[in-house]
Amino acid sequence: MKREIPLIITFVAGVAFVLQYFIPHYPFNRFENIFSDWFAIVGAFAIWLGALSLMKLCLLNISKKSHDWPISLLIIISFLSIVIAGAIDGFHGLNSVPATSFRDPGTNFDWFYQNVYTPLSSTMFAILAFFVASASYRAFRARNTAATLLLVSAFFVMIGRVPLGDYLSGWLPERMQFSQWANWLMAFPNTAGQRAVMIGIALGTVSTSLRIILGIERSHLEG
Amino acid sequence: MLALLRIAKSIVFISSLLFVISILPTHSVYSRDTSPSSSDLGPITVRAFDTDNDAGGSITVEWDDPGYERLSGFAGFLVWRTNTLTGTSDSVEVTPFGTRTYDDRSVSDDSTYSYSVAALVNGERLMSTPSMQVRSSKQWFDGRLTWVLILGLIICGAVIYFIESAKRGTKLFLRRIAGLEAIDEAVGRATEMGRPILFVAGIQDMDDVQTIAGLTILGSIARTVAEYDTKINMPVRASLVMTAARETIKHAYVTAGRPDAYNDDMVHYVTDEQFGFVAAVDGIMVRERPAACFFLGAFFAESLIMAETGNSIGAIQVAGTAMPAQLPFFVAACDYTLIGEELFAASAYLSGEPRQLGSLKGADVGKAIAMIVILVGVIATTIASAWNSESMLWIENLLRQMFSTG
Repeated sequence: MKREIPLIITFVAGVAFVLQYFIPHYPFNRFENIFSDWFAIVGAFAIWLGALSLMKLCLLNISKKSHDWPISLLIIISFLSIVIAGAIDGFHGLNSVPATSFRDPGTNFDWFYQNVYTPLSSTMFAILAFFVASASYRAFRARNTAATLLLVSAFFVMIGRVPLGDYLSGWLPERMQFSQWANWLMAFPNTAGQRAVMIGIALGTVSTSLRIILGIERSHLEG
Repeated sequence: MLALLRIAKSIVFISSLLFVISILPTHSVYSRDTSPSSSDLGPITVRAFDTDNDAGGSITVEWDDPGYERLSGFAGFLVWRTNTLTGTSDSVEVTPFGTRTYDDRSVSDDSTYSYSVAALVNGERLMSTPSMQVRSSKQWFDGRLTWVLILGLIICGAVIYFIESAKRGTKLFLRRIAGLEAIDEAVGRATEMGRPILFVAGIQDMDDVQTIAGLTILGSIARTVAEYDTKINMPVRASLVMTAARETIKHAYVTAGRPDAYNDDMVHYVTDEQFGFVAAVDGIMVRERPAACFFLGAFFAESLIMAETGNSIGAIQVAGTAMPAQLPFFVAACDYTLIGEELFAASAYLSGEPRQLGSLKGADVGKAIAMIVILVGVIATTIASAWNSESMLWIENLLRQMFSTG
């Protein structure tokens, strides 16, 4: 039964989702919201499992004095700081009139969010620029015909996207300028390739979903 | 001197005359009052009907304008509703200029209504005659999705047919997928080097089919890991993924006959925050230097950050995602990439189970349909625009209708 019950739930939920797409009539039109609510509720309970796992692993690292135990200590301090700040702000907000949220501007939680989380998050995102440069360098090395084609296409797309491109090719008729080359490459070969991938993905999704609904694909339920 | 002055005066006079003549036709058009008066215009014709393909509670009102919008002082059309059961009337909307339709979503399926439309001209309401009585209702099928249903049934039917066919023993050909063939090589390399394997199942939750596809591949990888007695490290961004991944790995270890080697901490939650998760995964990669990294699931901006970090530590990397925008990054930074549908095919490919392989063959029918439709559509559109062929235009419109859900 441990395996059959999840399979039955999967089948019923899968069929219900298919039906709600085609049937606008009540109760089918409510299915999506109902399932979303259920998923959010289950996810909210599951977050504790995640938090406990994180704490357990970090405490284990500290107790064993593992190689990177100071990082684990930093994680625990950060985790507890934001949780405590949020909790204090939350309780304070409940008692104030009108009630305020721990996320409101000016709260301790907001201070952490604005001054610690946001800069760190932005820093990680900014690193992407350097990785794009290093990855492009490798990808654009003309090792074979396909890579050479990629290099040439990338050259025209990149130069066509900046004012310098049209400045350099300004003496050509308008339809021959680099920006037009870039537009053509993006609108036709790129779009055609993207759509081919999208069609494959859509059909793959249908096939996988069907395998899951019918219980043929069940490795994610094993245990 | 006097003669010159006369000539100059004459030139100014003639120029002025020419100017007046040049503007006269335009001026005369506007100077004549050709706009109709409200009494010249016919009545507004109003039609009200139940809105199609909805969950009830909506009536669509359409009307013709005999020319009220051209009147000076026209302010808009007022939609007027009468509940014919209670006898109450109220105005529901003043529509903007140029609008000839209104979707009234504030009706009850239990009442019947009649609608009038009034043209608001110089503060007056020039009422139309009321429409026929109408009642809103719920539909049991969204008619706009008929073709989607037909195509869906054909594809699903093909999938089921090939699954049954495979169950009966029909041999099915599956092309080689290099990224999946490399799994054993990657795990073997990690074993030889005495380093762990890193597995990331994307950053979405269990409600994303890509995460499920990633976890099904995890099962196969974990089995090899268990057999080779290597370590696997799987940081996750969602608690539900953590629970499902633990079950998957546990089952793989049991299947491989190594239940004692399984440890819950192989899969550990990090954070729900996207870039916090990336920072943690990058940190693990740099500190633990895994010999093989698997990125299989749904990825966004973090794809390249993780893949490039993996590249910098010299790990063999296998990635797979159905996010088209992230595929170029994985192709550039990883050794093997499962492109789109290959991610979904991986589970069937690795299991070699006939029923799963049959489902892939069924999806191929969908691809064949897509190719035929694209080819026919291109030919029909080209001929229709080049030679104004009505039959080709009909085919083009039919295809548009088939693949439109709006």
